[in-house]
Amino acid sequence: MKSRHKKLLVILLGLSGLGIATALILNAFQSNLVFFYSPTEVHEGKAPLDRAFRIGGLVEDGSVQRDPDGLTVRFVVTDTAKSTPVIYKGILPDLFKEGKGVVAEGKMGADGLFNSSQVLAKHDENYMPPEAAHALEQAAKAQKTLSQ
Amino acid sequence: MIPELGHFALIVALLLAITQAVLPLIGAQRGNLTLMSVARPAAQGQFVFTVIAFICLAYSFLVNDFTVENVASNSFSQLPELYRFTATWGSHEGSLLLWVVILAFWTTAVSVFSRHLPDDMVARVLGVMGLISIGFLVFLLTTSNPFDRLLPAPMDGRDMNPLLQDWGMIIHPPMLYMGYVGFAVAFAFAIAALLSGRLDAAWARWSRPWTTVAWAFLTLGIALGSWWAYRELGWGGWWFWDPTENASFMPWIAGTALIHSLAVTEKRGAFKAWTVLLALTAFSLSLLGTFLVRSGVLSSVHAFATDPARGAFILAFLVLVIGGSLVLYAWRAPKMLSGGGFTWFSREALLLGNNVVLLAALGAVLLGTLYPLLIDALGMGKISVGPPYFNAVFVPLMAPALFLMGIGPLARWKEASLPDMVSRLKWALAISVATGLLLPLTLDGFKPWAVFGFAMSMWIFLTVLVGFRERLKNGARLSTLTRSFWGMQLAHLGMAVGVAGITVVANYEVERDVRMDIGDHTELAGYTFTFRGTTEHVGPNYRAARGTVEVSKNGKKLYVLHPEKRIYNASGMPMTEASVRPVLFDDIYVALGEPLDEEAKTWAVRVFHKPFINWLWIGSLLMVVGGFLAASDRRYRIAVKAAAPTAAAAQGA
Repeated sequence: MKSRHKKLLVILLGLSGLGIATALILNAFQSNLVFFYSPTEVHEGKAPLDRAFRIGGLVEDGSVQRDPDGLTVRFVVTDTAKSTPVIYKGILPDLFKEGKGVVAEGKMGADGLFNSSQVLAKHDENYMPPEAAHALEQAAKAQKTLSQ
Repeated sequence: MIPELGHFALIVALLLAITQAVLPLIGAQRGNLTLMSVARPAAQGQFVFTVIAFICLAYSFLVNDFTVENVASNSFSQLPELYRFTATWGSHEGSLLLWVVILAFWTTAVSVFSRHLPDDMVARVLGVMGLISIGFLVFLLTTSNPFDRLLPAPMDGRDMNPLLQDWGMIIHPPMLYMGYVGFAVAFAFAIAALLSGRLDAAWARWSRPWTTVAWAFLTLGIALGSWWAYRELGWGGWWFWDPTENASFMPWIAGTALIHSLAVTEKRGAFKAWTVLLALTAFSLSLLGTFLVRSGVLSSVHAFATDPARGAFILAFLVLVIGGSLVLYAWRAPKMLSGGGFTWFSREALLLGNNVVLLAALGAVLLGTLYPLLIDALGMGKISVGPPYFNAVFVPLMAPALFLMGIGPLARWKEASLPDMVSRLKWALAISVATGLLLPLTLDGFKPWAVFGFAMSMWIFLTVLVGFRERLKNGARLSTLTRSFWGMQLAHLGMAVGVAGITVVANYEVERDVRMDIGDHTELAGYTFTFRGTTEHVGPNYRAARGTVEVSKNGKKLYVLHPEKRIYNASGMPMTEASVRPVLFDDIYVALGEPLDEEAKTWAVRVFHKPFINWLWIGSLLMVVGGFLAASDRRYRIAVKAAAPTAAAAQGA
């Protein structure tokens, strides 16, 4: 009987350990999921105001401005339908260019300015991050249905 | 002509692979020796022809044959010769060809070093590897032919991605593939065991060295990738939990669990079905990794440019292999009788603990990597799971694993005594806890995770020493200790060193982005960085702005760094070439951001102080050496001749 009890104990410990681990993992998961929104969705109010998310599209031509301190840069992300202004402090990735795809991660400020903590690079001339491409596609579709 | 020859060689290789797969497997099922003996020559022939194909592609790159589409897309006439050669595997098609060559290499190695194995086992192992080769060769020939022509030929190529023009990228893919693909051997051994219904300690002893060597290569490949990213990407990061990094890390975790599980199966005949399942899992994860990287579903620095047809093919192949092997497992595994029992505190139990924790970590990483894909496929939006999640789950899960790593090697098989263990290790425990609590105070401040990291790495270090001391006290001498023991200790020590490095760097690294004019200076971690401006510099296939940064400490000038901002001629692509000054305990790292004014006199500069980061790679190297050492243990080479009759006898059991 004793050995059976021991086995039962081991199984129970194992299951509870598994349960705790699962709970921790799912919890970490929930709080660290980062959703992606296009500028149109941000305009429609779909993006959260209290947590970080990603925004993507094209860098609007002529919108890149550097602040006098040299490191803060402002630009505008657009999906050809709507645009969102972004502010970022730091060194931009090598392939960041006006008219090219970009994905930025950060929080939306109360003033409508997206405070970015990270700007993601694409890694070669022909590659567009899928999310940005998707956002552009959606906007193009929306344009078509609106203009019909 | 040469590309066509290469193409033809691939077709011949495919035919040989079909022969290698079909005939021996039928032969093994029917006990037909003639059919079974087709395996070895077919495998070796396949290797010869895949190498011919590889040489043809490499030749096309070296002579700048831009009529070949692959060469035109990935090379450039001004590209230095070395990089023209490595461009052979720098693209999707080329790297797949490398995959196939390496698979053929492993198959040939198995065919050569298997004289002592029963014929039907050899036939089955080579046959299964042949099936995998068929899959990849068909994929290569139908969707990803590296020898497609591009007519009319362009004047010059589109150049290799500058990020790939670096030492790390030369060796990283081959080493990684040696590991990834090497798990196919363990997979084949597992399938062979399932097909024959025979799984004994001899089987474990045969598959163990192959698995360990594959694991060592994978460790090396991942470490190289991390080292490359650190030096080349200019952001100072060495691990981003990027989906493609995870794609190689997941097989590594499974592989680590596998080599530990094989230890139990070999020594005690226990965990048989579990070990087989792990072998299937490790290779399945390798295949999954291949799918993730090439299918275009991932947004990542690493992802190859893609084509949905390719993604569909690999997915189908993946389902076939994983589904098929799991079905076989479900059908055959119950027939395997398991070996000796053990108490809840014994080496088996501790190794079981190791497996459980590693698999939990694997599950967590898998979830984080696949969840975004799942959500996207279901049309529920686009999300990303970033480093905070992975760090939050992986690091705590490693805690029990690292702790067990100290006790496991010291515990007896079948039944160990807890009070005895405590008395042997009480000093190690005390010193580890003390180190954990006190060391952060000598560095830049008290951080909870630093306490944990230091305690764990000191714990592993001390238990390794205890292991040596106890063996030496029992009469052994350093020269008589087995390579298997040395390998284990070295690998665990490597883990300790790696954990120490990661702990320091992750908790105490500093970085700063500054705007610097000529003559400006900034201070970081006690060092002073003075910017002396940039000069124009011309390289073989790029133009660069070459910065000069003087580094001094306490007024004494130490060295000069030259970070560069390069623009590659063919593509016009800019790239940051960071300047890293490695020392045993410190890395000083400077990267140029962008010019902030018209004449490029003022720049945004990023400076880093990365303490102990090299310990991370030194630790990895120790693990690699440990793995190779353990795999070369005498008992795998000698006992072999005696194993054949013993195996035959054991089959009755």
